[in-house]
Amino acid sequence: MADVTLMKTPAETALAQAFESAKTSLPGQAESRAQAFEQFTQRGLPHRRVEEFKYTDLRAMMREIAPFAGVPAADEARAALAGAKALASVKALQVPFVNGHFVREAVDFHNLPENVEIVPLAEALAENHDWLARLSPVPWANDNPVYQLNTSFMADGVMIRIAGPVEMPVHLRFVTSAASAVATATRILVVVEEGASVTLLETHESTDGANHQPNDVIEMIAGDRTNVQHVRINAEGDKALALSTLAARIGGDALFNSINVVAGSATSRHQVFAVLDGENTNLRVNGATMLKGVQHADSTLVVEHAAPHCESRELFKTVIDNEATGVFQGKIIVPHHAQKTDGRMMSAALLLEEGGSMNNKPELEIFADDVQCAHGATCGQLDEDLLFYLMARGLPKKEAERLLVQAFLGEALEFVENEAAREALIETVEGWLKART
Amino acid sequence: MLEIKNLIVQIEDKRILNGLNLTVNKGEVAAIMGPNGSGKSTLSYVIAGKEDYEVLDGEILLNGENVLEMEPDQRAAAGVFLAFQYPLEIPGVASMTFLKATLNAQRKARGEAELTTPDFIKRVNAAATQLEIPKDMLKRALNVGFSGGEKKRMEILQMALLQPSFCILDETDSGLDIDALRIVSEGVNALRSSDRAFLVITHYQRLLNYIVPDTVHVMSSGRIVKTGGKELALELEANGYADYRDSEAA
Amino acid sequence: MPAVQETIDQVRLIDVDQYKYGFETEVEMEKSPKGLSEDVIRFISAKKGEPEWMLQWRLDAYKRWLTMKEPAWARVSYDKIDYNDIYYYAAPKKNQAPKSLDEVDPEILKTYEKLGIPLREQEILAGVEPQRRVAVDAVFDSVSVATTFKEELAKAGVIFMPISEAIREYPDLVRQYMGSVVPVTDNFFATLNSAVFTDGSFVYIPPGVRCPMELSTYFRINEKNTGQFERTLIIADKGSYVSYLEGCTAPKRDENQLHAAVVELIALDDAEIKYSTVQNWYPGDAQGKGGIYNFVTKRGDCRGKNSVITWTQVETGSAITWKYPSCILRGDNSRGEFYSIAVSNGMQQVDSGTKMIHLGKNTTSRIISKGIAAGRSENTYRGLVSAHRKATGARNFTNCDSLLIGNQCGAHTVPYIESKNATAVFEHEATTSKISEDQMFYCQQRGLSEEEATALIVNGFVKDVLQHLPMEFAVEAQKLISISLEGSVG
Repeated sequence: MADVTLMKTPAETALAQAFESAKTSLPGQAESRAQAFEQFTQRGLPHRRVEEFKYTDLRAMMREIAPFAGVPAADEARAALAGAKALASVKALQVPFVNGHFVREAVDFHNLPENVEIVPLAEALAENHDWLARLSPVPWANDNPVYQLNTSFMADGVMIRIAGPVEMPVHLRFVTSAASAVATATRILVVVEEGASVTLLETHESTDGANHQPNDVIEMIAGDRTNVQHVRINAEGDKALALSTLAARIGGDALFNSINVVAGSATSRHQVFAVLDGENTNLRVNGATMLKGVQHADSTLVVEHAAPHCESRELFKTVIDNEATGVFQGKIIVPHHAQKTDGRMMSAALLLEEGGSMNNKPELEIFADDVQCAHGATCGQLDEDLLFYLMARGLPKKEAERLLVQAFLGEALEFVENEAAREALIETVEGWLKART
Repeated sequence: MLEIKNLIVQIEDKRILNGLNLTVNKGEVAAIMGPNGSGKSTLSYVIAGKEDYEVLDGEILLNGENVLEMEPDQRAAAGVFLAFQYPLEIPGVASMTFLKATLNAQRKARGEAELTTPDFIKRVNAAATQLEIPKDMLKRALNVGFSGGEKKRMEILQMALLQPSFCILDETDSGLDIDALRIVSEGVNALRSSDRAFLVITHYQRLLNYIVPDTVHVMSSGRIVKTGGKELALELEANGYADYRDSEAA
Repeated sequence: MPAVQETIDQVRLIDVDQYKYGFETEVEMEKSPKGLSEDVIRFISAKKGEPEWMLQWRLDAYKRWLTMKEPAWARVSYDKIDYNDIYYYAAPKKNQAPKSLDEVDPEILKTYEKLGIPLREQEILAGVEPQRRVAVDAVFDSVSVATTFKEELAKAGVIFMPISEAIREYPDLVRQYMGSVVPVTDNFFATLNSAVFTDGSFVYIPPGVRCPMELSTYFRINEKNTGQFERTLIIADKGSYVSYLEGCTAPKRDENQLHAAVVELIALDDAEIKYSTVQNWYPGDAQGKGGIYNFVTKRGDCRGKNSVITWTQVETGSAITWKYPSCILRGDNSRGEFYSIAVSNGMQQVDSGTKMIHLGKNTTSRIISKGIAAGRSENTYRGLVSAHRKATGARNFTNCDSLLIGNQCGAHTVPYIESKNATAVFEHEATTSKISEDQMFYCQQRGLSEEEATALIVNGFVKDVLQHLPMEFAVEAQKLISISLEGSVG
């Protein structure tokens, strides 16, 4: 296989070296990591001729690999968390990570809310904890190179079990405070048992100016009759290259609502892989992405309707300023047996200035005949008639634009059930718009 | 004309009709009244041959012939016409095209010659005028974007054109204002004749002021529980269905 | 309007046998040696009496082709094609430059009679009003056997002839435009075609001329183990207009046959080209045996300002369809349109769609695609809409709907929508649905049989596209759709 090695990019070589040196120190079974890395190596970093990465050429975007971050000192972690701002206004059980490592001191394990159990992943991997068997709930995610890299390098994370209704939101807070670029790989498993409900907040923040490379995977298993509300915000620093995956398997009669708001990173790709595994489940996946400068953000979504009688709704809104690039790739898969599926996917993009780009690829893959599926995609500027109307009522142009953009993104945010979180997201949008001009 | 004997029907394991017996004679206008959920619409679908219903027992004879073994289109050719409570929309198919297709299909099934286009248009125009259906409506896709009243008029137009021998009106009055109700009823009354029978299914007595029935049947829990003349409808209007509900519970 | 002609009437007229063009004609043929080599290319070129530059063009393409890989991205699967097991040239022996129809093999004339294609000018296309005339170029395997109305068209300045003739008679025009829309190196099948193309039609409409009649080419694959590699080139000079129709059939055979065509359209300033296809190649039997592999590259270049290119296609045949009739909207204010009905049944596989590439200012495009999948077929719409940085004011509207009949087929939608210009406005919508049981019951209650009801509803579904076909094709297309779906219900 010598010729294959020769074709490696410097980044791929660096990854191989990083894996070689880290694999003995990383917790848990070495085989599954090795297997994942082997799978990754076979194809390397995905490039534009790999269909799923057509618009996000990681081989070109990841020229260098940052060193994997070590465990932060206690005071560094404390300082980092004290400065964290994302969704700070929402009262929640804090489950914090600094530089990709779980800050266990910040969690009072003896006084966890009722129905919440938390097991640190590094420990679980080392001890070969029972729950590990529930990792990888979406088998086809294993073919995804970003996921493979996470499996290869995952150093820490938590496993959370929600046994019943939980009132207080659980906040997975990720802060990367290292001054120079680091790579992180965390893995979270959330098991929501039958009939349980939970609101999960997930925030990602990091220092500006450093080329951080987080690669986070959140896996969820939501049982029958569960209600999961997931709010994610990417508020990474301005140089970060952020890769993330949400892989969820959802049972019957369940509600699952996930939104990802992109307000940071130089480059980001958020992948949602969802399998609807029981009947009468209602899935909503939304996205609100705000881009400026030369930012690049990719929202990739695959929803498999593995059971009949489910409904899925996907609404992705992208606002592109300056010379930024937005990507939406969504696929709804309906196998033969998933009759009475009702799936609707929509991607809408606003290009505020000349120079921006938007790439939309909304796909349907349908094998069942008794279904209602639709997708839509639009791309364009702000409605001039509306702008004129508002200006005729006395609003200055920038103000009118701001109002319209806010309304545009607001449509994706209005499904966030937690009021405080929704308010905070709206503020994020407002902040982004104010910083424009 | 129509004879239903001991009809037992279920849908998805739920029993809807429980040994229903009903006779409608030639020239008769029979009304079926009953509370919501008594099985009125099910009865109309079963006569017309909708697939989802499972007939466990009984028979439906039209002019002595059992229709249960027939496909819906064969029943239509045999003279059964169901005016739907919620007429379906067929995008892209002009009403005119649909009317011609159905009329000729039925004529063919009965071994009659197809109508020539001028003949056909003449008939449609005559019926449309009577039902106050504007010509441009006939050019539009069938029922697509039609109002509730327009859809019902289109149903009666089809009835007038196809000249069925046994007509079922399923809640034809629902969603109609007074003017539309008058137009529709006049359309129906014009079709009354000694060799045609009607089964008028309705929840309210109101429609029966316009289409005066010869007999009134009260339906409850999937059975005909009382039969009388047109005065029975007025009685129901005054007292409601409470008596009949009680009788089931007992 | 033809599109609302009652399907029911049509269905009744149709043979029970589903593919009625499956007969074979016994004609004595002259073939090239089997397989592909420089010698075979020289053989073809010599047969056509081509100039040296054309031969060189072919040989360059062949060299390039040898380095290329067959594309694998489409959602179709088939056994590997042995390109050396195909005859690349097959022509009726008695067709050595016939001066008139009397010199054409009577068996071939009979074939076209059976297909309903008029080769005598006094005849008219089946089902067409008498006053409408259509000029026909009939391509039988590798050669054009007859072209009608040539003289009359010539009076108007219109050139309509087999491309092999055009290469000899109008070399400058051909050299200027051939390969300018679909480069020799474009893709595996287009490059193969460039090396081995045997015949096809050539059309040139001079400035300001509105072509006095519809032009059409009728392609027939007859011979066993042959591929058909035709090449069509249509040039609409400034301010001209032409409507062109293409039809195709082939005998029923157990083995697959390859059809790899290239069509290039060029519309200069203010010119308009309407290109319509009714593709009815043999689709194979119910078990997926036999049928044509239809791997076609069709592309139009709206080279001039205000030019318009419209593709309309009704795809009912072929075992595999791989084609994406596209428009390059280069001229400012130019317009591209794509209207498609793709019906698949049995084991057919369709991967088809379009590309609308907006380069010029204020360019507009419109895509209406209706896919109908039945049996165990796979039906994929694949399309690209892109706006270049300079395509200020570009507009696209796309609507693609799929209808599934039965539970063993698949309908897929794979659109790529790429905008690099803020003023470009793209709208895309797609739906997948089935014929609802309630609709079926309603129609049946009114006396229509299940098949009649299906045909009626499907006709409503595809109406938006049928309206864009010239009348003579709309009627044929409607019939074809009904036949293609026969046996798909119940």
